[in-house]
Amino acid sequence: MEAQSFAPILILLAICVAFLYLHFSGGSGLTRLYLAGVLVVVAVIILLPSFSIKLPDWWEGLLGGTKIQLGLDLQGGTHLLMEVKLDDAVKTQLRRRAEDIKRELKENKLDFTNISLDASGDLIVKLKSDDERTPFLDLMSKSFPDLAVSSASGIAGASYSLTFRPRDLQQIKSNAMDQALETIRNRIDQLGVRETTVQKEGDSDILVQLPGIQDPERAKELIGKTAVLEFKLVDSTHSVQDAIQNGPPPGDEVLYGPVDRGGRTPYLVEKPVLVTGDVVTDATVRPGGRLEGPYVAVDLDARGAQIFDTITAENVGRQLAIVLDGTVYSAPVIKERIPGGHVQITGRFSISEAHDLAIVLRSGALPAPVEIEEERTVGPSLGRDSIRQGELSFVIGAAAVLIFMAVYYSGAGILADFGLSLNILLLICVMAAMQATLTLPGIAGIVLTLGMSVDANVLVNERMREELRAGKTPREAVKLGYQRAWSAIRDSNISTFVAGLILFQFGTGPVKGFAVTLCVGVLTGLFSCIVVTRAWYDYLIAMRRLNAISV
Amino acid sequence: MSLQLIRPDINLDFVGKRHFFVILSTVINIAAVLMLIFVGLNYGVDFVGGSVVQVQFEKPTSANAIRDSLKPLGLGEITVQDFGASAGHTYLLRFEKVANIGSLGTKLGNRLAKTYGPQGAKVVRVESVGAKVGGDLRRRGFLAVVFATVFMGVFIAFQFRHTSWSFGAGAVIALVHDVLVVSLALVISQFQFDLTTLAALLTVIGYSVHDTVIVSDRIREDAAKRRREPIESIMNRAINETLSRTILTSGTAIVVLIALLAFGGPILRPSAFTLLIGFITGTYSSIYIAGPVVLFWEGHHRVGSLSSRAA
Repeated sequence: MEAQSFAPILILLAICVAFLYLHFSGGSGLTRLYLAGVLVVVAVIILLPSFSIKLPDWWEGLLGGTKIQLGLDLQGGTHLLMEVKLDDAVKTQLRRRAEDIKRELKENKLDFTNISLDASGDLIVKLKSDDERTPFLDLMSKSFPDLAVSSASGIAGASYSLTFRPRDLQQIKSNAMDQALETIRNRIDQLGVRETTVQKEGDSDILVQLPGIQDPERAKELIGKTAVLEFKLVDSTHSVQDAIQNGPPPGDEVLYGPVDRGGRTPYLVEKPVLVTGDVVTDATVRPGGRLEGPYVAVDLDARGAQIFDTITAENVGRQLAIVLDGTVYSAPVIKERIPGGHVQITGRFSISEAHDLAIVLRSGALPAPVEIEEERTVGPSLGRDSIRQGELSFVIGAAAVLIFMAVYYSGAGILADFGLSLNILLLICVMAAMQATLTLPGIAGIVLTLGMSVDANVLVNERMREELRAGKTPREAVKLGYQRAWSAIRDSNISTFVAGLILFQFGTGPVKGFAVTLCVGVLTGLFSCIVVTRAWYDYLIAMRRLNAISV
Repeated sequence: MSLQLIRPDINLDFVGKRHFFVILSTVINIAAVLMLIFVGLNYGVDFVGGSVVQVQFEKPTSANAIRDSLKPLGLGEITVQDFGASAGHTYLLRFEKVANIGSLGTKLGNRLAKTYGPQGAKVVRVESVGAKVGGDLRRRGFLAVVFATVFMGVFIAFQFRHTSWSFGAGAVIALVHDVLVVSLALVISQFQFDLTTLAALLTVIGYSVHDTVIVSDRIREDAAKRRREPIESIMNRAINETLSRTILTSGTAIVVLIALLAFGGPILRPSAFTLLIGFITGTYSSIYIAGPVVLFWEGHHRVGSLSSRAA
């Protein structure tokens, strides 16, 4: 998204403030009308980019070329709300800690019978003998200060239950959230869609908006891939079939190959993860031979390369499974030590599959799975229909109101129409200057604003009629009409404005757009229908031509 | 003098007929509550979760044909709504439960392409909401209505405190009345109650208060001027004095809403309908709900008590 430019909104505000100053300090009607003329010209100029009229570059530089953004419901696109499974991120971290603890225990010559995650997500450590309690607790407080240790209840022997301390838990979650946000943003950037939104919503949700996207399915695929890349050794000392039937031997697990390539090939692999995807620095698609198709070349960072070097050196002749999101893509035999951290992932990919795989590997793994909670996709043709229908109802509604006012109040009606037209112009212009998003309910909001800003004029005009009937001169009638109508106009507009604010606070997406329109409409309505229209009356009074105006 | 719809010296007896209308409104409100409980709003996916998919067909088809075509997918119960011929063979399919949000659009598109040919059916809109989000939106929507109502009541009570604190109560009861009447209309019409409809309902609240303020403002003004008159007659006068404005403003707003209803397309129809009913009842309630509440509150005091407090 381009940087927001405040120039247009400041210029508009400046003119309005100047106008209000003249209004309250009793500046001449004519001066105010000239200023109103300036306001109209400025408003039209600010609106030009919104109607895709190209302005000179120096001009856009000055005003920032702000324009109305069309909401997804009008221009088509996809809105996704995704939940990041933060609890899973916590479990992953705890599992890593488990590996670290095992190592530390071995180094300190402490024996344990079992270290594993229980159902509620706590890490349970069972020590071999009671004598180890004190050294274990010392070790924990020294090496793992972020873990809270408590005696596990209901388990015999020296057992401890480990969880993250609340502050560290919060830290892990917020790190995971940031990483997920960053990763998803990276992936979406590679889609080549303009003006995308990726932002945090609440504690664990991410909102993604992809305007005008042609292939939402691919986007969802790309965003949703956890892309956890792991390398594990294949256990060839045991039979896979045996493991499937009788459960894998301790320390092993059964993983499968991709589903769509001639059945799922089972692999028996050793549980410990040798290298994870967070050491990937780059991933690119390379054309392969005719049989295996394109492959993805992955570069590891120094640490990853070092580990990979060691593993391959120690395990020549064994099979190394390349596991992505729990699926074994290939399990090549390590023919020789591989230094330098260059790894190839083959798997009979199509070009586009290989391409997307490279994107997700490059952009990093998601710290936890994401789940789509809300999807709103609108096709571009429907968006165009909606714009057409919105415009049609707007034009018909506006025409009806303008004609009615002119017929009913004749002269004063034409002045009111001037105010109403200015109101619409300003409303759209302010939305453009704010780079606000116009949604379908937003168009309904504009139509509604039109119907309601009429009220200010009706109130004033009805009051003027009353005063004229009471025998007041036109000059007094104008003054009193405005004066007496004001309290009603003030209170009623505050109530509508606040309804709009509440709507904005509680609404989402299109409803927010509607709320913005409603609130801006109240302000521009008050300004154009009360302040600016009054300038006409003052001008006519000064020219002694007020009698020419009938109410 | 230009056109006049309402004669300036009009003096209809609104306040005298209030008992009839209060009873009528009470009956309608009770009916609304019963209908809300026993029939219920047709909640959209925004509030209960599920999916709506808008599909445009090349050739005319029928709800049953669509259902038959989708049966193999095993997506549970499907509600099919015809968007009318003007929308070009467009149907809205609603699924109560969706296991895998995000993959529905493609799945449907592929399945329909098998029945209707590759270009025969086009998925133009998908809206899927998970149950959790739905519950969240429902809670926020409910809170928005409550907050709006309470705030309006406090605001009006404060602005009119010099005349009578009861204007706030009048406005709130008028609001509850309007929300109930609109809900009744929505239950009967079975228009979908989604986020957009909720936005319309909140706008109705804004408008209803707006209209109540105008009438109350005149009562406030007249009460300060005519200290000896009974409150009934002040109220009736104020209603008559603002009648012309009431008819004009509500009239133009209603014309605009009819334009929206007729030309705004099927997506805006539920909210245009909500606004239309809401504006009518909002106008009515300013006269026959807010007023009588103030009268009831003030008992049958001479206006001396009312205006002695008037600014």
